[in-house]
Amino acid sequence: MSEHATSSRKFYVGIGMSLLVLTSVTVFAAFVNLGPFNPVVALLIATIKATLVVLFFMHVKGASEKLTAAVLVSGFFFLAILLSLALADYLTRAWR
Amino acid sequence: MADSHATTLEPEAHNPALLHHFADAQQQKNAASLGMWLFLVTEIMFFGGMFCAYLVYRLAHFNAFAAASQQLSIKLGAFNTAVLLVSSLTVVLAVKAAEAGNRKQLVTYLVITVLLGLTFLVVKGFEYAEKFERHHVPGPTFSFTDTFDDGSQKIPVNPNEAQLYFSLYFAMTGMHALHMIIGCGLFTVLAVFAWKGHYSPGYFTPIENAGLYWHLVDIIWIYLFPLLYLISRHR
Repeated sequence: MSEHATSSRKFYVGIGMSLLVLTSVTVFAAFVNLGPFNPVVALLIATIKATLVVLFFMHVKGASEKLTAAVLVSGFFFLAILLSLALADYLTRAWR
Repeated sequence: MADSHATTLEPEAHNPALLHHFADAQQQKNAASLGMWLFLVTEIMFFGGMFCAYLVYRLAHFNAFAAASQQLSIKLGAFNTAVLLVSSLTVVLAVKAAEAGNRKQLVTYLVITVLLGLTFLVVKGFEYAEKFERHHVPGPTFSFTDTFDDGSQKIPVNPNEAQLYFSLYFAMTGMHALHMIIGCGLFTVLAVFAWKGHYSPGYFTPIENAGLYWHLVDIIWIYLFPLLYLISRHR
């Protein structure tokens, strides 16, 4: 982490407000019939929220240590392997 | 080597938090931060296993999962999401206060964080109590009679499949709640230490790392809320 990792209080409150707004949007979107895109929209909003938290609250953006980002990306990389290989199996079974 | 560092080590030697095997405070901080991030990655994989199980069973038994999901209260879920997001904000403001060396503000934000965490847990407790009352807790007394409404007709669902949903619901929210309880304990201890003046602008790594933990727990809930509460709500 860098020596001056933190931003202004106003900025943090702004990020917090955006997260609350996105929460209302996701609840609202759940009641609109988008067919197969309902879970896609829900997960997309969740990912935007998670990205805001990681970049600004966990200070990954602006961190002097590139290693932090590398560790984080490797974590999501292995999670992607877990999910994609598991689904590659279950979604292609003939008996389903 | 020792000679070249002698001048830089001298002022650091006054910081009691600097351990002797680190060259300076920044290196110590980077090492602690890296260790915390590695731990967070193991946490991502730990919850990832449960998310994977959820994904597979949701795809296999969508109707039952949707019918069971609709038994949850969106109001309580959304309220808890907001509570957690605000607590993440207070944590990051606590880190900022620690960096600025503002002890009073730091303690205040830590206490607010603990109170928000406890609010989340109390609401979760009421949700769990409702599950017990309605026999939605997996086990011999489990019963589920609701149907899945696909817009044109009511389709009866297999109670065993609904039980699968509630098993995952309790496993995932229960594990998440356990992390919240640990986090509340952590911040209570940190608030006491902060009150005693253990942290300075030169050393507040525990606040920062506990903050990283709290944000990760928040992120897990950010995914749990739409996945568990918001399946097929439109009709």
